[in-house]
Amino acid sequence: MTDAPPRGGWLILASLLIALLLEILPMPVGVDAFRPPWVALVTLFWCLNVPERFGVFSAFATGLALDVASGSLFGQHALGLSLIAYAAGELHRRIRLFPLWQQALFVWVLLLVERLLNLWVLAATGQPMPFPIYWVPTLLGLLLWPWLFVILSDLGRRVGLV
Amino acid sequence: MILAVVCALGLIIADHRFDHLERVRSLLSVLAYPLHLAVNVPSALIRSTQERLTDAAQLRTMNTALSRENLLLKARLQQFESLEAENMRLRDLLGSSFNIGERVLIAEILAVDLTPSRQQVMVNKGTSSGVFVGQPVLDANAVMGQVIRTNPFSSIVLLITDSDHSLPVEVNRNGLRSIAAGSGIGQGLELLYIPKNADIREGDLLVTSGMGERFPPGYPVARVTTVRQDPDNPFTTVLAEPTARLDRSREVLMVWTLDPQMQQQALTDTETSEGASQ
Repeated sequence: MTDAPPRGGWLILASLLIALLLEILPMPVGVDAFRPPWVALVTLFWCLNVPERFGVFSAFATGLALDVASGSLFGQHALGLSLIAYAAGELHRRIRLFPLWQQALFVWVLLLVERLLNLWVLAATGQPMPFPIYWVPTLLGLLLWPWLFVILSDLGRRVGLV
Repeated sequence: MILAVVCALGLIIADHRFDHLERVRSLLSVLAYPLHLAVNVPSALIRSTQERLTDAAQLRTMNTALSRENLLLKARLQQFESLEAENMRLRDLLGSSFNIGERVLIAEILAVDLTPSRQQVMVNKGTSSGVFVGQPVLDANAVMGQVIRTNPFSSIVLLITDSDHSLPVEVNRNGLRSIAAGSGIGQGLELLYIPKNADIREGDLLVTSGMGERFPPGYPVARVTTVRQDPDNPFTTVLAEPTARLDRSREVLMVWTLDPQMQQQALTDTETSEGASQ
C-alpha cells in the first residue's frame, strides 16, 4: 500500500502470536482467574504506536483468532477489540504525549470497556455470567502496561517499526 | 469501524443462532491447532521428565500394585461376563431390547485453557479419527461430557457440569428417572423435577438412563451429596457430585454406540428367533 516497503511487520505478528499463546496457556487453579488480558494489551500497543499499520480491521482479525483459539462465541472478542482499537486509533496523538502512568490509566479504561462488551455479549446470548473477579485482570493490565510499553517500543525501534 | 462492529455482531448472531459457521470455525481451528499444541508442550515436557525421574523401586511398587489391580479386575470381569449372559437371557425372556455394543477410543486432553466462563476441554482426536458432534466422552470412572465441536485433529468437549449441559439419569438403586443439569458454578450437578416424596438419599449413585439416545445407558454419572426440602420450592433440591474426575483426568474415552441400523437389525433378529421358538 505504502511506497516504502513496510518493515517489521513480523514483529507485530510475533507479538500477537505470543499474546495468544499466553492467553490460552494453562495456569494453576486459583491463579487462572487473574490471567492478564494479553491480546488486548498488545493490540492496544500497536494501535497507539503504529496506527497507520494496525487499525480496526487488524484488531478485528486478532479478535477472531482469539475466539477460535479460546473456543468462545465467534466474533465475541472481535467486537470488543475492534471497538477499543477504534478508540485508541482516534486518540493516539493525544495519548502518546501523556506520561507513562497516565497512558496506563487510559489503557485501563479501554480494557474495562473491552471486558464490558464481552460481558454484554455473554449476557445477550444467555451464557453463564462470570464472577466479580472477572474485572480484576484489567488492573493487572494497568500494572503490566508500562513494562509492555518499554519492551515493545524498544523492540519496535530496533526493527525500525516505531 | 462501524463495518467491523456490524461484522462482529453479525458473526455473534450467526454463531449463536445458526450453525452455518461451524465449517468456517472448524477450518480456522485447524489453523489454531499448532498454537494449541505449542501451549501443550511445557506441561508435556514436565510430565515426561517426571516419568524419566521415577526410580526403579517406585516403578516396581507401581507394577505390583497394577498387576494386583489387574488380577482383581479380571476376577470381577469373569463374574461380570456370566452376569451379562444371565442378564441377556432374562431380557430375552422379557422380550425387551438388549444391550447395545460399544466401541471406544482413548484420547488425550490437551493442556489448553479455554474461555473461563464455560466448562470445556480440548482433546487430541478429531473427525479424522471418526469423532462426531454429540459423541459421549467418558473417563475411567464415569461420564465426562459430550463433543460439541470438531475439526480433523482435535475436538472440544462440553463437560456435564457446564450450565448449558444436562443429561437424563436414573438412580441406580431404584431406577428413579431424572435430569441432571450442570450448575456451572464449581463442580456440581443438580437434579431437576424430583418430587417431594421421591425415594432418593444422599450417597445414591446416578447412572445414565439412555433416554436421550445420546449417552449409552448404565454408565455412572454422579453421587448424590445433598437432599434438601425447601418450603418455597415444589420440588426437592438434590445436588450431586460427578464421579468422573473432571479436572484431573488426562486420558478420556470416546464412545461409539452401534449405529441404530445395526441395532434395529439385531432387534428384528431376536424377534424372528423368538417367533420361531414359540
